[in-house]
Amino acid sequence: MNKLDLDWKPLALVPLLALLVLPFIGSSSTWVTLTVAGLAMGMIIFIIASGLTLVFGLMDVLNFGHGVFIALGAFVATSVLGAMADYTASGSLWTNLLAVLPAMVVAMLVAAAVGLAFERFIVRPVYGNHLKQILITMGGMIIGEELIKVIWGPLQIPLPLPEGLRGSYYLGDAAVEKYRLLAVIVGLLVFAVLLWTLTRTKIGLLIRAGVQDREMVESLGYRISILFVGVFVVGSALAGLGGVMWGLYQQNVIPQMGAQVNVLIFIVLIIGGLGSTTGALIGALLVGLMANYTGFLVPKAALFSNIVLMMAILLWRPQGVYALSR
Amino acid sequence: MSDNLLTLEGVHTHIGAYHILHGVDLAVPRGQLTMLLGRNGAGKTTTLRTIMGLWKASAGKITLGGRDITALPTPQIASLGVAYVPENMGIFADLTVRENMLLAARGAKTTAQIDDARLQWIFSLFPAVEKFWNHPAGKLSGGQKQMLAVSRAIVEPRELLVIDEPSKGLAPAIINNMIDAFGQLKASGVTILLVEQNFNFAKRLGDTVAVMDNGRIVHAGAMKDLAEDEELQHSLLGLAL
Repeated sequence: MNKLDLDWKPLALVPLLALLVLPFIGSSSTWVTLTVAGLAMGMIIFIIASGLTLVFGLMDVLNFGHGVFIALGAFVATSVLGAMADYTASGSLWTNLLAVLPAMVVAMLVAAAVGLAFERFIVRPVYGNHLKQILITMGGMIIGEELIKVIWGPLQIPLPLPEGLRGSYYLGDAAVEKYRLLAVIVGLLVFAVLLWTLTRTKIGLLIRAGVQDREMVESLGYRISILFVGVFVVGSALAGLGGVMWGLYQQNVIPQMGAQVNVLIFIVLIIGGLGSTTGALIGALLVGLMANYTGFLVPKAALFSNIVLMMAILLWRPQGVYALSR
Repeated sequence: MSDNLLTLEGVHTHIGAYHILHGVDLAVPRGQLTMLLGRNGAGKTTTLRTIMGLWKASAGKITLGGRDITALPTPQIASLGVAYVPENMGIFADLTVRENMLLAARGAKTTAQIDDARLQWIFSLFPAVEKFWNHPAGKLSGGQKQMLAVSRAIVEPRELLVIDEPSKGLAPAIINNMIDAFGQLKASGVTILLVEQNFNFAKRLGDTVAVMDNGRIVHAGAMKDLAEDEELQHSLLGLAL
């Protein structure tokens, strides 16, 4: 028995996929550009999916309404960044960040507050019943989308990148978009904070234990219902943050954007293993890379490439790359 | 004040459409080790789960130290000083032994805050817990997991230990180790309610005994009396033990 028996194989999947496609792409500069773009896209998807994997893993709640928090975050960002146009129009990156950071914080707070109400009135009555969860959370998302239309209107709203985040850095012939670098940094920060919380704090310990055996956590004297609410609110806030990042990535927002990203999120969760944060990161990076590589190599296959990826992973590990013990 | 720490009076439990407990009356004397015996399906595990609030009693009353706990939620019952070791041991397999222990120590935020003297006492009872301190609990053997489960239950002082079949599937040497440990726990004044099917294990430890059949207590008394009366053993326990 080795106390450091880290399962490294899933960690090798991301570099393996990147190296495997290198000969097909041919140009190393194009490969670098595509790889950074894929990693950035993966990081944004991770931010969105990380909250849901905990909600799914800990609470056993199939929240198909998670997408509404993504859309909400993005729309809040349009309002905040719109109100800070002077800051976003500046060519200085630091001045831009003075607008983007408040947009992220406000989006997270609004998504968290709505998440609190969503858990109380929509999710709590259907704990333990998956069919009802699917139906009612999808219903909740539809209502949420309609409320977004009431507040912001039904049309697409542009969410342009702040001036300082436009353009690219160049590594030789490879172009690396500035915003994608920011996405990678934010994603890594979220991952680090989540990992630290989950592995270094007692709250994190409780969450990890609750994912495995909720009943035993209660038998030890902890009120897991409070933990459920906390995790749901944090998951919603992360989705709000992801919505800001995704909206800026797409440079426009529509009320249905959450529903569109939902499919990708569930693919990520299934690949990663329910409840596993590291698994969600690996799943998100694989999905991001796959979308970019196939978009370049075989554009017609881009739509279903992630489904094929998920099938391949499930054939290898039916519970996802990092299955938790239950 | 009654010298019974835990009492069940006419407790009924339904699980879905099934009526499992049919009016259980049980008294667990303070500071003693009470054995709950009975064949498979007699309702022993259901009784423990009902005490813990994991399944709600549909009728009857459960009191702990004179306080009615029948309708209390499980975390609140645990907070009153009741530790539960389920039949499957309830080990968090993906956490290390240390993390499992830290979770059970409600008053500690870090391992360093766990009472060191108590931890050393646990290590002396179950050396495997110390040996595999930083190892994933899921990698332990069945006996080591059982030791961890009991260690977790006693990492902080508790009023009552409720333990479901600790000897199940264990090798004789480990069972002897368990008997020593429970003997020490009993000597320290802890009240224990222990479900068991292994009568040799039960008679070496039990002060009092209750035998269940078909969701009812059919015999209650001193373990010594049952251990000395083979005819009574045969009539109550049959070949199951």
